[in-house]
Amino acid sequence: MNIMSEAAVEKALDQKMNTVPYKMIGKDVSVYYGDKRALFDVNLNIRENTVTALIGPSGCGKSTFLRTLNRMNDTIENCRVTGKITLDEDDIYDPAIDVVELRARVGMVFQKPNPFPKSIYDNVAYGPRIHGLARTKADFDEVVETSLQKAGLFNEVKDRLHEPGTGLSGGQQQRLCIARAVAVSPEVILMDEPCSALDPIATAKVEELIHELRTNFTIVIVTHSMQQAARVSQRTAMFHLGNLVEENDTDKMFTNPDDQRTQDYIMGRFG
Amino acid sequence: MTDIASPTVRISARPASATRDIGIKRRYAAERRFRAYGIGAISLGLFFLALLLWTVVSNGYTAFQQTTITLPIEFSEKVIDPKGERATDGKVLMTANYPLLVREALIKQLGIDASKRPLVKQATDMMSASSRTLLRDIVVADPSVIGKTIPVTLLAEANVDSAFKGQIDLSVEESKRKVKDQQVTWMNELASAGVLKKSFNTGIFTFGASSRPEAAGVGVAALGSLFMMLIVLVLSLPIGVAASIYLEEFAPKNRLTDLIEVNINNLAAVPSIVYGLLGLAVFINFAGMPRSAAVVGGLVLTLMTLPTIIIATRAALKAVPPSIRSAALGLGASKMQTIFHHVLPLAMPGILTGTIIGLAHALGETAPLLLIGMVAFVVDYPGSPMEPSTALPVQIYMWANEAERAFVERTSGAIIILLIFLVVMNLGAILLRRRFERRW
Repeated sequence: MNIMSEAAVEKALDQKMNTVPYKMIGKDVSVYYGDKRALFDVNLNIRENTVTALIGPSGCGKSTFLRTLNRMNDTIENCRVTGKITLDEDDIYDPAIDVVELRARVGMVFQKPNPFPKSIYDNVAYGPRIHGLARTKADFDEVVETSLQKAGLFNEVKDRLHEPGTGLSGGQQQRLCIARAVAVSPEVILMDEPCSALDPIATAKVEELIHELRTNFTIVIVTHSMQQAARVSQRTAMFHLGNLVEENDTDKMFTNPDDQRTQDYIMGRFG
Repeated sequence: MTDIASPTVRISARPASATRDIGIKRRYAAERRFRAYGIGAISLGLFFLALLLWTVVSNGYTAFQQTTITLPIEFSEKVIDPKGERATDGKVLMTANYPLLVREALIKQLGIDASKRPLVKQATDMMSASSRTLLRDIVVADPSVIGKTIPVTLLAEANVDSAFKGQIDLSVEESKRKVKDQQVTWMNELASAGVLKKSFNTGIFTFGASSRPEAAGVGVAALGSLFMMLIVLVLSLPIGVAASIYLEEFAPKNRLTDLIEVNINNLAAVPSIVYGLLGLAVFINFAGMPRSAAVVGGLVLTLMTLPTIIIATRAALKAVPPSIRSAALGLGASKMQTIFHHVLPLAMPGILTGTIIGLAHALGETAPLLLIGMVAFVVDYPGSPMEPSTALPVQIYMWANEAERAFVERTSGAIIILLIFLVVMNLGAILLRRRFERRW
C-alpha cells in the first residue's frame, strides 16, 4: 500500500467513491426568486452515507440548492423550482409527495442554533411526537437518549434534560439541534453552515459528530470554511454565480481541481 | 514605534498634543439635553396623573361611606295590615304604608309631638325615601316580623349625609341651604346617641339607578359592564386571533389582503361613536335585538376591539423569530403544527397584552353605548345580557349630570371603581404575560 503512488491512491479512492450509490439526484435544477434566477440547471448527485460539502462564495446558490433538497424553499414567497430532484426513486417535487413526509426523511440543521424554547427533552422528542414515531413514555425516553447520544450530547445534559434547551452553550445548542434532527431518523441530513456561529472547539466537536453520523445518514453540508469541507466531506461541490462549477472527491478537489475557478477560489483569489 | 516595526506603513500615530475638535462636548451636551427633555416629559406626565388621582380620590372616597340611622321600627299590624287580609291578598304587604312606620319610630326617637306637622315633615325628610322598599323587603321576606319591634338600619337622606360628612357649609343662611337648622340639631343629637353614624357604603356597589343619591349604586352598571366584557372577550379573542393567524401566516400577499390590512388599520382609528351608529342600525334596527341590552353593547364593543386585537396579534406573530418556524418546518411539522405548537405560544404574551388593552379600552367606552340606548335608568339587575342594563362609564356620565352634592362624590366614587376594574385587568395582563413569557 505504502508503495502506491499518490495518483494511484487517488484513483483507488475515486473508484471507491464512484461505487457508492446515489441517494439524491438533482437534474437540471433551477431556482427563481420572482424574476431573479438563483440557480442555473444544476446537475448534482448526492451519494449515500457520504458527506457532501457545498462550497462557493456568498450568494453563489449553495444554500439555495441545499434548501431545494427538502423543499424549504416552499416557504419563500415567489420562489420557483424547475428541474427534477429525486430521493431514492421518488421525485420530491411530485405533487403526490407530501412535503411533511419529505422533511421527515430529509432533516435539516440551520446556520444559527435554533432550539425551541422548551426543555432539552421536549426539543428532541418533538419530531417523534408529531410523526407518531414513539407512543409510550419509555419509547420517548429511549429515542431522546439515543438521539442525544448520537449527537454526543447525552453525557453533558443527562442530568438536566428538563431544563430549557436555550440555556445551553452555542455548541451544545447546535448539537441539540442535530439530535433533534436525528430523532426523526431521517435518511438525509442537510446542514446549512452549522458551525458558522460556533467557536473552534465547538466546531471541532460538531465536525467530529458529522464524521460519525455519516455511517447512518447521508449528509449535505454548506460551508464557507475550506478547511472544514476538506476535513469532514468525501465529496465536494463548488458553486459560483448559481452554476455548479465542479463536483469531485474532496481530496481531488483540494489538491488538483479540474476547474480553474475552483483552483482560484480554494487558493483565495476570489470569494 | 510603528515606524520601526513596519517601515513600509506610512500611517503614523497622531501626536498627542494635536487634539482634533470632533465635537465631543457638543455631543455630550445634546445627550444631556435629551435626557432632560425625557425627565421633564415623564415628570409632567406623573404630575398630571397624580393630580387626576388626587382629585378623583379626594372627591370620591366619601362615596364609600354612608350615613345611616338605626331606629327601632315597630312593625305594627295596624299600619301594615289593618284589615288582616295579608294571607289572602298578596298586594297588602307590597302596598302597605311603610313610611308611616319610619315616621313613628323617628318622632318617638326625637320626642316630637305628632300633631306639629311641619316639624314632623322636617324630621321625616331626614330619612331616605328608600326606607319604604327596605322595610317592605324585610316584611315580605319574613311576615312573622309583624307585631314585633326590631332595630333597623336605614339610610339617611342625601343632604343629611352630605351635612354629616361636613360637605355642606352650615354658615350659609338657612333658607339658602337644603339642610335646616332644626335638622342639624337633630342630626347632632342622634349622632351623640349613637343612632346616626357613618358606615361603609355597600349600597354603592349593589344598588341600581336611583334619583335619590343615597339609594343609587353602580351594581346594575357593573353587571352590565361584566356581561359586555365577557361577550367582548368570548367573541373578539378567538375571532381576532384566528383572523390574525390567517392574515399573517396563510393569506397570500396580494392586493386584496393589502386592502384588508389597510382597512383593519383604519378601523382601529374610527371614532367609537360610529360603531354605536352601526350597532343601532344593524343590531337593533335590522336584527331586531333589544335596546339597552348588554348583548348589543357587547357586540358593538367587539367590533370596536377587533382591530386592536388583530393589530396586536399580528405584531406579536411577526415578532416570533423565523428561525423557530424553520426549525419546526425542517423537522417535518406541518404549517398548522408549526403555528400552534411554536409560533402561537411565543406570541401569546403579545396577544394577551393586546387583548387586555382592547378590553380595557372597551370597558371605558361610553359614546357607542349612548347610541344603543344603554344610557338608561335601570333599577333592577339584568338577569341576562338580553335585559336592559347600563355600563360603568355610562353610569359615571349620568351621575356627572346630576345636580345634588351627593352625586358629585358618587361620580368620583364610580370613577374609582372603574379605575380599580382597569387596574385589576392590567394586573391580570402583566401576570399572564410573566407566566407565558419565554426566552429564545
